[in-house]
Parts: sequence; C-alpha cells; structure tokens
Amino acid sequence: MTSVLYDVPGPKARRRSLIASIATGLLLAGALAWVVATLAGEGLFDAERWDIFQDPLVWTALGNALLVTLQVAVIASVLAVIIGSVFAVLRLSASAVVRVPVTVVLEFFRGMPVLLMMFFILILFATSQYWAVVMGLALYNGAIIGEALRSGIVALPKGQREAGLALGLSPLKARLLIEFPQAFRAMTPIIVAQLVVLLKDSSLGYIVGLEELVRRQRTLAEFYGFSQYGFSFFVITLIAFLIVNLTLSWFARRLASRTPGGRAPRRAARAAIGESADTTVIRTAGAGGA
Amino acid sequence: MQFLIESGDVLLEGFLATLRMLALTVLLALPLGVVLAAMRISPVPSLRWVATGFTELLRNTPLTLVFFLLVFVVPRLGVVVDFQISAVIALTLYTAPFYAEAIRSGVNSVPVGQAEAARSVGLTFSQTARFVIIPQALRSVVPPLINVTIALTKNTSVAGGFLVFELFASSRRLANSYADETIAIFLAVAACYLLVTIPLGRIADRLEKKVAVMR
Repeated sequence: MTSVLYDVPGPKARRRSLIASIATGLLLAGALAWVVATLAGEGLFDAERWDIFQDPLVWTALGNALLVTLQVAVIASVLAVIIGSVFAVLRLSASAVVRVPVTVVLEFFRGMPVLLMMFFILILFATSQYWAVVMGLALYNGAIIGEALRSGIVALPKGQREAGLALGLSPLKARLLIEFPQAFRAMTPIIVAQLVVLLKDSSLGYIVGLEELVRRQRTLAEFYGFSQYGFSFFVITLIAFLIVNLTLSWFARRLASRTPGGRAPRRAARAAIGESADTTVIRTAGAGGA
Repeated sequence: MQFLIESGDVLLEGFLATLRMLALTVLLALPLGVVLAAMRISPVPSLRWVATGFTELLRNTPLTLVFFLLVFVVPRLGVVVDFQISAVIALTLYTAPFYAEAIRSGVNSVPVGQAEAARSVGLTFSQTARFVIIPQALRSVVPPLINVTIALTKNTSVAGGFLVFELFASSRRLANSYADETIAIFLAVAACYLLVTIPLGRIADRLEKKVAVMR
C-alpha cells in the first residue's frame, strides 16, 4: 500500500509496527477488562438485572416501539425524497417569483435543528407527536436532499439541457425528463446516506414525546425499576439501533460503490454535503443530522 | 412580540448557553478528531482498527442514545457530574469521529504523486509533510470541518431535551408562558440558530470555491 504520508514499510518498520500493534492490543484489552470488571463489580451482569428479558411481553413492547421508529423513518423518507425533488426543481426555476421564496424557505429549513422544527410543528399545528416527528424529519431532510439534487443538476454538462431544448422540449420538460433523472442517479448514494441520518434522527421523537424505541425502553425501565434494569434496557436498545443502522450504512456504501457517474456530479455531491465523495467517506454525510 | 420585551433575557441566555456549549465542544472534539484521524491514517494497523471501530460505533448510534447514556445511565453507575458537562461530553464523543473523517478525507485528497515528487526531489519525511502535504490537505479540510461544526450547532439542541438549559430549552419555556405567540417565538429562536449556521455555511461555500480553482 502506498500512501501520501509514508513509504511501503520495510522489515524494520514492520517489526516496529507489530510491536506497536501488540502494545495497543494489550492496552485495549486492559481497558476493556477494566470496564467489564467495573460493570460486573456494580453487578450489572447479574442475572437479576437481565431476567426481565425472559418475558416475551417485554420483547413485544420493544419490538412494537422499533416498528414505530422504522415506520416513522420510512414515511418521512418517502416524503423527504418527494419534497426534495420538488424543492430542487423549483429552486432552479427561471422565474424569480418562484426561485427566491423557495431558496429562502430551503435555507430556513436547512439551517435550524430538526428538533426545533418537530417541537413547533407539534404545538403550532396541534398534531400528534407521530406526525410532528414525521413532518419535521420530512421537511428538514427534504431541504437537504433538495440541495443535493440541485447541485447534481447544476453539475451536469450544459449540453444535456441544450440538446433537450434543441429537440423542442420545453424548459420544464428538459429539466424533468433529461436533467433530473441523471442528477437523481448521481446523487443516490448521498440521498441514501441522508436517509440513514433520518433514521437516526427519528430517535429525537424521544424528546418530543413519541413512543418510539428510545422512549419505550425508558418507560419500560422506569416501570420495572430504573436502578435495576436501566442499564440492561439501554444495552438492548443500543444493539437494536446498531444492527439496523449498520445494515443501512453497509447498503449505502454498496450503492455508492456501484453507482456509476461522471466526475462532475460526484464533485457536486461533495459540495452539497460537504464531504469527500469517495466510497469510504460517503457515510460522513451523516454529519448533517443529530 | 410581548415575549421579547418581557422575557428577551431568557432567549438571550439560552443563546449564550448554546454558544458556550458549541465553543466548548469544538475545543474538545477537534483535538480528539485530529488524534482519531492520525490513528486512521497511521501505518500501524491496530491503531487504524481501533479508530475505525470507535468511528463506526458512534456514527451508527443516534445522538439521543449517547445523551441518554451520559445523562441517565452513567450517573446510576456512580459517576455523577453536572448535566452541562455530560452534554458537552456527549456532543464531543459524537462529533469527534465526524471531524476525524473530514480530516482524513482531506489528507487522502492530496494526490500520491505530490508526496512522491517531494521525496524524489530529496525532501525528508518531515519536510514533505510540512511543505507539501499539510498545506494542500488543510485547504481541502477546512470546508468539511465547517460543515461538521454547522451540524454540531444544530445538534446542541438535543441537550435541551436532556435537562440542560440552552436555546431549544429556552424556546420551550417561552412557548409555555406565551402560548399565543408561538409563531413569533419559533421565528426568533430559529433566527438565533440561523445566525450561526448560515454565515458558517457561506464561509464554507466560499472556501470550497477557492479550493476548486486551486486544483
């Protein structure tokens, strides 16, 4: 492996690197052992802290809450992609009457916390927590996806649009039939990465009061005794989130490595999300959310 | 606008608390991010694995859960600290991997030929790093770092849901006391966030364009 920073290691460097590896391994094992020992010392691995999970009712309750989390994420994802597409096309409109207000709204949605949006949707429109979370996620991520799609369209070679117009398509048709599909394809990895963020952000429903996974595990832990089961429920919830998110991230990465696309759209993708677009980094799009 | 006259100080205090939290987290997360990035691009495989593991773990955990761990679970294990401190730690742990990733991708964006050319001209390793690689890497690292900071600004609001008083929490308090002015409160609080995020975004955009011209 050649890197910018160092040469291919020789035998001496390899030996040193091996020693360093063993040292870190030992250090890490030591730290882990210490953590486990401390936790065990607190009695966190005692059977009485975990016996609750023999009860199928607990699993049903957690499973239902996980379903709420996933449902919120799926509905919000669909809405976000639709909203994003509309935003992207409108923001590139030739008439300033459309373009300027849409730009202002996009900047507004993009620049504030999703949580704030959820909370005020909840009280301004007096909706249920469920729809406050869904709409908050949809609007916020829609704005971000819209911005990504817009830069995807802008980055396309000019000839695409010109060819469409030369064939006699109206400007809107050229946008929708020629430019938009190409931009959407080029931006798919970015969009999927953003949807992973959306899924993570659905846990903000906890703060707004939606009975999703994080809140449900807390309710259950409080019900059965937080000091006894708080840690156990937290661990189970963390594992559930990790499984779902790692699967999705893996899928996003795979998609990113498979999607072909010119250099221009990739570059635009990078600009839109503010991260490098090489496949290992596509996940960083996550920085956009909570 | 009644609320601004009567309780403007609540809003201002919340805004200042958010800015303080933001500054503290940047001060802690950025160095941690540099260390993580250095580990990820180091020649020692084990260091790379540790950093990658940490990054993957925190990237795929919702911030809400990180907060939950530090605010509710850790204190029950006997480590009790102020909520403000817990919040800064949670944000630091969550943000550092994102900073690290931004730095790493910046360093990787420098073409290998640059280093090869520098070495073949006879520069030593430290000279190569100092005069050739770091100046180029820094340039492409700054815009993503700013973008992570923008995300962090928005993420500080999560602390408001975990017993910390900041801008989002102040908006909740205001919305409770002035139920008929919620729209104005919403716009005022949103404006406070935009006051930080939009200028930062503009700077990042401008820098990005500058970099694009250089390459």
